[in-house]
Amino acid sequence: MKLYCLSGHPTLPCNVLKFKSTTIMLDCGLDMTSTLNFLPLPLVQSPRLSNLPGWSLKDGNAFLDKELKECSGHVFVDSVPEFCLPETELIDLSTVDVILISNYHCMMALPYITEHTGFTGTVYATEPTVQIGRLLMEELVNFIERVPKAQSASLWKNKDIQRLLPSPLKDAVEVSTWRRCYTMQEVNSALSKIQLVGYSQKIELFGAVQVTPLSSGYALGSSNWIIQSHYEKVSYVSGSSLLTTHPQPMDQASLKNSDVLILTGLTQIPTANPDGMVGEFCSNLALTVRNGGNVLVPCYPSGVIYDLLECLYQYIDSAGLSSIPFYFISPVANSSLEFSQIFAEWLCHNKQTKVYLPEPPFPHAELIQTNKLKHYPSIHGDFSNDFRQPCVVFTGHPSLRFGDVVHFMELWGKSSLNTVIFTEPDFSYLEALAPYQPLAMKCIYCPIDTRLNFIQVSKLLKEVQPLHVVCPEQYTQPPPAQSHRMDLMVDCQPPAMSYRRAEVLALPFKRRYEKIEIMPELADSLVPMEIKPGISLATVSAVLHTKDNKHVLQPPPRPAQPTGGKKRKRASDDIPDCKVLKPLLSGSIPVDQFVQTLEKHGFSDIKVEDTAKGHIVLLQEAETLIQIEEDSTHIICDDDEVLRVRLRDLVLKFLQKF
Amino acid sequence: MDPECARLLPALCAVLADPRQPVADDTCLEKLLDWFKAVTEAGSSLLLLQENPCLVELLFHVLKPQDLSSRILSFALRLAGTFAAQENCFQYLQQGELLPGLFGEQGPLGAAAWAAPTVRSGWIQGLRSLAQHPSALLFLADSGAVDTIFSLQGDPSLFVASAAGQLLVHVLDLAMRSPAEGCGPAEGHGRPQARDWPACARRIVCHLEDCLCSEATPRVTQALHVLTTAFGHCHGLWTQGLWVQLSPLVARLLEKDPVPAPHALVELLLSVARSSVPSSDPGLWETAAQTLSCLSPMQAGPLAAGILKLQDCPQTLRTHAFGVLLRPLACVLEAAAQAPGIPGLLEGAAGDPMAVDMLPPSKSACVGLLCSTLAHLELLQPLPQRPSPWPQAPLLAAAVTILRFCNGSAAPSSEVGGRLCAMLVGCVRVQRAALDFLGVLSQGLGPRELVTQVFAVLLEYLVSPDSSPTVLKKAFQATLRWLLSSAVPPGCCDLEPRAQLVLGELLAVLQKRLCSPCWEVRDSGLEFLTQMTRRWGGQAGFRQALLASEVPKLTSQLLQDPESYVRASAVAAAGQLSSRGLLAAPSSPEYPAGPQKTPLEELLLVLTTDSEGFPRRAAMRVFTEWLRDGHVATAEDRERFVARVLQAASGDLDWEVRVQGLELALVFLQQLLGARGPGEAPPGALAQALRALCRVQLFEFAFRSLFDCDRPVAQKSCDLLLFLRAKAAPSGSLQEAGDSPDVAPVEAALRRWRAGEQGQPLGELAPEAVLAVLRSMDLEALRDTLAESSDHVERSPQSLLQDMLATVGVLGDNEADCY
Repeated sequence: MKLYCLSGHPTLPCNVLKFKSTTIMLDCGLDMTSTLNFLPLPLVQSPRLSNLPGWSLKDGNAFLDKELKECSGHVFVDSVPEFCLPETELIDLSTVDVILISNYHCMMALPYITEHTGFTGTVYATEPTVQIGRLLMEELVNFIERVPKAQSASLWKNKDIQRLLPSPLKDAVEVSTWRRCYTMQEVNSALSKIQLVGYSQKIELFGAVQVTPLSSGYALGSSNWIIQSHYEKVSYVSGSSLLTTHPQPMDQASLKNSDVLILTGLTQIPTANPDGMVGEFCSNLALTVRNGGNVLVPCYPSGVIYDLLECLYQYIDSAGLSSIPFYFISPVANSSLEFSQIFAEWLCHNKQTKVYLPEPPFPHAELIQTNKLKHYPSIHGDFSNDFRQPCVVFTGHPSLRFGDVVHFMELWGKSSLNTVIFTEPDFSYLEALAPYQPLAMKCIYCPIDTRLNFIQVSKLLKEVQPLHVVCPEQYTQPPPAQSHRMDLMVDCQPPAMSYRRAEVLALPFKRRYEKIEIMPELADSLVPMEIKPGISLATVSAVLHTKDNKHVLQPPPRPAQPTGGKKRKRASDDIPDCKVLKPLLSGSIPVDQFVQTLEKHGFSDIKVEDTAKGHIVLLQEAETLIQIEEDSTHIICDDDEVLRVRLRDLVLKFLQKF
Repeated sequence: MDPECARLLPALCAVLADPRQPVADDTCLEKLLDWFKAVTEAGSSLLLLQENPCLVELLFHVLKPQDLSSRILSFALRLAGTFAAQENCFQYLQQGELLPGLFGEQGPLGAAAWAAPTVRSGWIQGLRSLAQHPSALLFLADSGAVDTIFSLQGDPSLFVASAAGQLLVHVLDLAMRSPAEGCGPAEGHGRPQARDWPACARRIVCHLEDCLCSEATPRVTQALHVLTTAFGHCHGLWTQGLWVQLSPLVARLLEKDPVPAPHALVELLLSVARSSVPSSDPGLWETAAQTLSCLSPMQAGPLAAGILKLQDCPQTLRTHAFGVLLRPLACVLEAAAQAPGIPGLLEGAAGDPMAVDMLPPSKSACVGLLCSTLAHLELLQPLPQRPSPWPQAPLLAAAVTILRFCNGSAAPSSEVGGRLCAMLVGCVRVQRAALDFLGVLSQGLGPRELVTQVFAVLLEYLVSPDSSPTVLKKAFQATLRWLLSSAVPPGCCDLEPRAQLVLGELLAVLQKRLCSPCWEVRDSGLEFLTQMTRRWGGQAGFRQALLASEVPKLTSQLLQDPESYVRASAVAAAGQLSSRGLLAAPSSPEYPAGPQKTPLEELLLVLTTDSEGFPRRAAMRVFTEWLRDGHVATAEDRERFVARVLQAASGDLDWEVRVQGLELALVFLQQLLGARGPGEAPPGALAQALRALCRVQLFEFAFRSLFDCDRPVAQKSCDLLLFLRAKAAPSGSLQEAGDSPDVAPVEAALRRWRAGEQGQPLGELAPEAVLAVLRSMDLEALRDTLAESSDHVERSPQSLLQDMLATVGVLGDNEADCY
């Protein structure tokens, strides 16, 4: 069993598991942090961005000034943003049989894999994952395609040139594999390969293994996966949460008794408690708006935003903010808000019961009804008519490199009354803000990451007790900035095996058993014999039939009927006749009694030697040696067949036959 | 016993003896016992029994084999014990063989009823009451009860087991104080020798010795508990002899590994140390020192703390104990590899080498140890006998370090430090304990850089979004204490420059905390603000910083908070800010151009419209304070202010608001007539004052309150009117001025109010009429009636007996209904 690790990002995993005869890809996350190296794509012409000076080498050589621009001491690539794909060279991706998706954030690289690698398999995911995943992809494509950029910089990627660039460009990895965003056509084609599954549904893969999604409690439709055969069980835990937010709670019990537990997608901010962060978010929002400032919340169109809106629903009246408009701007804003209300069976119990009342499960429906929350596909159109300040705007993309957020950063960045509050943990907020410097607006970092923290992981592992844990190397040591925090790492016994990008891991267990079915008529013919209390044995003569990874013992073909000679040969006649087998022997030989028996039968001068595996009985006179071991007995004598047979019969007296 | 009770008693006894009529309420039986106890304490039990033969009959009835409830059986045992406490009554009951029947082997002891813990408990309590005289001792010895008590020490019911232990102590004490056979009282001149002890006492001591030598920890624990009680409650000289006898066995416990029953052992040693034993046997200190060394830090902590609280104990032991108590903190400091310059905690405090890894390996044990250590030190700090020199600086450093470990900001390099960090990070229990301790440490001074660290760590906690609401509250409290202690010179209102710096950051935090979605946080933020303003409201630096912040505006907005506790705190804060002239006119984005209200109007609105009691009470307190301090809002037109407030308060449904209203009225009265104290007001001033009081309709409120259904309101009003009458004096100067006033309408209204018709208005009042009514009223009598507790009628024994009989009567009715 092997694990191929194609992504270095612990929360955007992409691993391939080879298990029995199947090749299973676990998630295909897209690392978008690469976009932080690019200049933002403004929706409206930005004089500031277009007038940024080109970057030149120390010696004044300015051949890169078209591709690289400098802003407040940082250098950015002036080109269409590109993404860092999962490793494609480590394993032939056309051999991947299935892809299992655990949540909508972990499928963003799907079009790259399904459309460009010769992939012919099936993708499995839950319905909300697919629908919201589609929204995220649609938003991404829309953000990038609606601001066409003529230029595509590639010179800087030249290894010799890259070395000369300042950090972080100099240290960017695998830049040659960075790719532009996919198209909507590719998205549609990729999504058409997905087969929908429900929690606890058992899916047979070629009869060899069975995969089952389990609720992971992190997002709508998010799942952990169980991959098991009859005797082995691998659990894939990716992006799980034990907090009570909107999704169905995590199913922990089904993870028990795993041989291997692959653990990914833990919280990216282990030191921040989501509750505290929500409090921080609300307080800062209220303070800013009270002072007449605007609040910008860069976010994804689905996920934490639902919880934030719910918190605000409860908070705004108490904080005296009910007249403040809340805007949600995204090409998919409408669909996201509506989808969230229809996936009732994927929601937590509280929200499910609301549906039966019937009430919308999320209170943002009421915010929309009362006009407190308004949503728009983009800043163009209706929004510009309705826009009122001070206000709160939720919009993407959290990287601040594309999407409507770029416009608001340019618009509000100059006033210290305004605040940008970062709630998504995927991007470093300082890096995200770099191309907007100098910035007067206040920046608040309240990352809300509801995924498991290390304390929860340690409780989880204690409860489900896997034999082995495999996780990204980042989880096996404290974060570099807090090297003393021994509590911020996975702590388990035996220690977790770690992996990093482009590494192949042999998983530490061997398959020992295979299940074989026995046909009823064959079973009927068996005559078990009790050889020990509670243990019966029977000999079986059968044909082992193997098809689709299933093994069946079938009755042997009947001995061929005496043929009249004219009949045509049947296929079965090719099967050789089963020989009449000698009886099988069982039992052990008590050496002392055996020696006595030998003596009774006239052998003398018998010596017994103990060996590591049993005994050797020496018949010195007859120059014969009987070697008795646990599972074999040898009679070694020189060409004296009569003696051998005599001795053999004496040995057989002590054994049972069947 | 009053005749009415004596009349009811036979019926009650019959009911109690009847198994078909179960007594529904246990508390009735308890009350009944209390009553009998009071009756027997006041007079002769013998007489009581002779006059009420039904009681003895009841006791005899219990002896008959029957299906009596265990409660009644237990009651009878306790009742018999109460009666037999008097020796002549004991003899009387003995004659009838009643006592052996109840407490001997032929009684419940051998019956099935013994399985009920309440019967066993009744048996013990009965004996406990009974064992008051030498005859009782003999009875105990003869009836074999002592053996039963021994076995009951291990009873599965903890109540029974504990009561058995206490009874044993009581019997031991009784025996030691009684004249023993032929030896005279054990309590004689000087310490009696063990061989002179009475037989019963010797038996008990022998039993205790056996237990102490036992291999079974529960038996050791029992013996230690009994001894702890003995040394704690018995003050005879014999206790010294007992200690001499048993101390070698106690010391031997320390040789075992692990030491059995460490907690009970610690309790015993402390109990002995607090008794008269140490004066005669200094060996105790040695045992205590040995125990300190033998036990684990968690077990030794309470002993060390207890030793340090003792008034009189050898200095070496105190030093040793303090060392033990400080050790966990010393380990924390060591683990954090604290910067040099701060002296180690244990340097000079105790000579024994310190092992950093003495901290328990498990999280819960480590957290428990640190919390209990901090709590012990917190209690020790303000005591006059606390260790001296008090290591203020290292303790401060330790508290700061623990807080740093808890919020993950400590960066220890050692492995132990890393482990400690992992255990403590995010631990709310330790955070709370450390913040409390840090607050207490503000009573002492500290090196400048350490105090800077204290403020820094407190700010970290106040700023951190991860601080839980309770931790935050403690952080606010500790910050306030440290700010108070950093005033220079102490007691002065000026803030130290460093505190002034902190203040800026504090207000920024406070601003954010007042916007928190968690109401507890908003609430503690407002409380903090109120206290800060009360202390520094007049200080220029504070005023400047506060006015530059959003805090006053936010406070006004929080008057509309959805949570009533927060509104109440906001009212208090707004009141305080307003009296210092620091309250901004509220304007929210909701109503940017709304009409601006004065603080008085804002709070009056709360008083008249808020649906919850807390904010209204808070508003009343603010108004009273304003009136007392001459707040500008009250100074302009005091009468109008009082009239408005009283009008609102008088109609309030919450009695505390009405009491506060009367308090405000009293302040107003005092301001008009001079403060409390003897001496009447000059007639001119009095007349003027009375007219003012009439104008604000104070009398209507006060008179009405006299008949308020809530007693505290009526009491307060009574006090107020008594004060006024005293001030008005009997001179009757007003009366002389005109004809006799017409008091009839007032008296008529009062009568109706008394009858419960509150709707009747009083109408216009003339000052003369008020005075006349006041003089005609028997306010003193009213005050005395009100001073009686409200259930004084219902609590009488007669009513108890009637109630019990009535309950049974109801049961009888139900029975009839069934058929």
